[in-house]
Amino acid sequence: MTGTWFIRGAHVLGGKPADLVVSDGVIADCGTGLSAPAGAQLLEASGLIALPGLVDLHTHLREPGREDAETVESGTLAAALGGYTAVFAMPNTDPAADTAGVVEQVWRLGAAAGYVDVAPVGAVTVGRRGETLAELGAMADSAAAVRVFSDDGDCVSDPLLMRRALEYVKAFDGVVAQHAQDPRLTEHAQMNEGPLSGTLGLAGWPAVAEEAIIARDVLLAAHVGSRLHICHVSTAGSVELIRWAKSKGWQVTAEVTPHHLLLTDQLVSSYDPVYKVNPPLRSEADVLALREALADGTIDAVATDHAPHPVEDKDCEWSAAALGMLGLQTALPVVHEAMVETRLLDWAGVADRMSIRPARIGRLTGHGRLAGDHGLVGDDGLAGDSGLAGGERLFEVGAPANLVLYDATASWVVDPAALASKSRNMPFAGRRLPGSVVATFLRGRPTVLDGKPA
Amino acid sequence: MKRHLLSAADLSRDDALLVLDTADELAQLANRPIKKLPTLRGRTVVNLFFEDSTRTRISFEAAAKRLSADVINFSAKGSSVSKGESLKDTALTLEAMGADAVVVRHGSSGAPHRLAYSGWIRGSVLNAGDGTHEHPTQALLDAFTMRRHLGGSVDGRRITIVGDVLHSRVARSNVLLLATLGAEVALVAPPTLLPVGVHGWPCSYSYDLDAALPKSDAVMMLRVQRERMQAAYFPSAREYSRRYGLDARRFGLLPEHAIVMHPGPMNRGMEIAAEVADSDRSVIVEQVTNGVSVRMAVLYLLLGGREPVEVNA
Repeated sequence: MTGTWFIRGAHVLGGKPADLVVSDGVIADCGTGLSAPAGAQLLEASGLIALPGLVDLHTHLREPGREDAETVESGTLAAALGGYTAVFAMPNTDPAADTAGVVEQVWRLGAAAGYVDVAPVGAVTVGRRGETLAELGAMADSAAAVRVFSDDGDCVSDPLLMRRALEYVKAFDGVVAQHAQDPRLTEHAQMNEGPLSGTLGLAGWPAVAEEAIIARDVLLAAHVGSRLHICHVSTAGSVELIRWAKSKGWQVTAEVTPHHLLLTDQLVSSYDPVYKVNPPLRSEADVLALREALADGTIDAVATDHAPHPVEDKDCEWSAAALGMLGLQTALPVVHEAMVETRLLDWAGVADRMSIRPARIGRLTGHGRLAGDHGLVGDDGLAGDSGLAGGERLFEVGAPANLVLYDATASWVVDPAALASKSRNMPFAGRRLPGSVVATFLRGRPTVLDGKPA
Repeated sequence: MKRHLLSAADLSRDDALLVLDTADELAQLANRPIKKLPTLRGRTVVNLFFEDSTRTRISFEAAAKRLSADVINFSAKGSSVSKGESLKDTALTLEAMGADAVVVRHGSSGAPHRLAYSGWIRGSVLNAGDGTHEHPTQALLDAFTMRRHLGGSVDGRRITIVGDVLHSRVARSNVLLLATLGAEVALVAPPTLLPVGVHGWPCSYSYDLDAALPKSDAVMMLRVQRERMQAAYFPSAREYSRRYGLDARRFGLLPEHAIVMHPGPMNRGMEIAAEVADSDRSVIVEQVTNGVSVRMAVLYLLLGGREPVEVNA
C-alpha cells in the first residue's frame, strides 16, 4: 500500500509543525499549511516528531546459521518497530558473509522481508579468521553492493592485513569497520578491568586493549589515506584518540552503542549474563565521555550492535554465557533518555547521529536525506559538527520517503517477551524508557503504524 | 545471617563471630565418643562439585553428617553448555529432590550467585569456592585457626597473605573476613599477581616479602600454579620461589609466636619449603581439622532455624 500519504502537523526534527506528502515512494512535498492531495491517506501526526528513517551501522541478523536466535525477517521487523529503515548486517554468520554469494543471499532475504533495507557488511578476511583477505571487490560488485567491511566479533589484529584492507577498499569507496580489541590483551576476558573485576574474580578486559588498536589503526588510515570506521567505541581513552585523529583531518568515523551510553559495569555484580557484552560495559566516567563525544560529533553515530542469543546461551553461569544484547527496539528511547533528556542533543542532532551520518558512512544514498544538506558535511565525510539546528530543516523533496514518527511524550516499560526479536537478551528489561515509535515508512510504504507492524 | 553464604562480605562482624563461637562449641563434639548431633535430621544437603576438590567435599560431607543431615554428593565435572547438563538443569534436578542446602564448587566466578538468585532452587546456597572469586568457609576456618593460636581473637592482628592473589578465591574471602574481624591484612605478591583495584581493598599490599614477615602474626602462603608462568605472570618457578617462597631463612624472619598457614594443596619447594610446612609452627593440618567444625557451624546457622524445603508433588 504505497499510495499517497498526507502526514499532518509533525515536528520535523523536533522543529515547528509541518506537513508531509508522501507519494510514489518519495517525499512529494514538505512544508507548512499544505493541503492533502485527493485520495491521500491521512496520518494525524500533531505532537509527533518526524525524523529521517534510522540507519543502524551494526546489526546482527544471525541468518544464515543461527536462525534459532534471529532471522533476517524477525530482526528487520524489530528494526522497523524501532524506527529503522536500513540496517547493516554484520558478517559473523555461519557461513561467514565473506563471499558475494552470502552477502547477496542476506540482501535478498532483506528485500523479501521488506521491513528495512538490509545492507550486508562483508567480512574483511576469509572466514573472519584474520589470515587472508576475502574477495572484497566481488562483494562490492555484487547485487548487495557492499561498502562496509568488518570482521566484527573479531579484530583484524594483524597490522599488515589491516593496512592492506584499508588500501584495497579505496577502489570502490569502501570503509573498514574495525572491531578494536587486541586479542592477546583480552584472552579469557570477562568484564571491564577495574576495581569490580578484581573483587568479582572475573578476568579483566582492559580499556587499553581497545585503545591500542584504535591508535594503531588511525595511524594506518592516515598513512594510506583511507576511510576507517571504529565499531562500538566504549572507553574515554578511545574518544580522546578519535578526537585527535579527527583534529588531524584523517578520515576516521566512530559509533557508540545505546547500552554504552546508559549502562555501567556495576551491573555485572549481579553476575547476570544479560549484562555480558563485547566490548564490556565500562565505568561511569567512560559513559559520560561517550555521551560528550556523541554530542560534539567526535563519535558520529549510534549503532545498536543488536546481538540476539537464544535463552540457553544466557541462562547459565557468567563465563559460559554468550556476549551481546538486543538493541533495535530500544535504541531511540535510550538515546532519548541518555542524550535528549540530558540536553546533550536535540532531535536534529539525533537525526544526524542515528540516520544522516550512518547513512553517509555506509554510502546509503537513499537514507538520511534532508533538504539543503549538500555540502553540509565535508569531503572526509563526517568530521565536525553537523551544523543542524532544530526546527529549520525539512525533508528533501524528491528523496525516498524513509522516515519515522516518534512520540516523545510517551513512555513504556520494556518487556522482552513483547519484542519482535526471536531472542530475549534485553538488558533494559523492566526499565521504563521514554518515547515510542508510532510509524515507520520505508520508501513511502508504512512498515509500522500505531506502533505495530503495518 | 543471610539465607545464602556466597561471599565473606555476606557476614557482618556479629555473624562471623557467631559462626566462630558456634564452631568452638561444635569442636568439643570431636572429643566425645559419639560425634553426632540430631540438629539437621531429615534435612538434605547436596554437595554439588563441578570441580574436583576432595578435601573440601569431604569436609562438608563430614560436617553435614555430624549434624545428621542426609548428604547427596553430586559430581558434575566439566562446565555447562560446552559439555553435558547445564547449571540450570542440574539445579532444577536438585530442586526436584528437595535440597535444603546446596554446597557448590564451580570453576566459574559467580556460579553460586546464579544458583542463589535465578529462582531455580529454594534452598540455601553455600559457596565452596567459585572460580577466582571467593571461598568463604575457607576464610572462616582460617580465622578460626588464627583465633586459637593468637590469643582468642584476630582483632588488631597482622596477617600476611602471600602469592597469587589475582587468581585466589581464598585470598579474596580472607581479606574481606579478616578486615571485618578487625585484623590488619597485608598482601605480598609480584605486581603481576595483584588485581587491578587492589588499592581499594581493605588491606595493604607490597612486593617485598622479607620486609613484611617480621611484622606478621600469621603468614598465609597461597598455592601458585606452575602454569601461570606460561602466561608470563613470572619468569620461572625457581625465580618465584626465590622471591616469594617461604623458605627456612625467611621463616627465621617471623616473630617467635607467628604461625604459618596454607589452604592446600601445597607445592612443596615452590611457595613453601618442606621444613617450614612441617615445622611445629605450621598449622596447616589443623586448618583441615577445623574446617569440619566451621562448616558444621555454617550449616547449623543457615538451616537450623529455617523451615525445611518441601519436595514438590
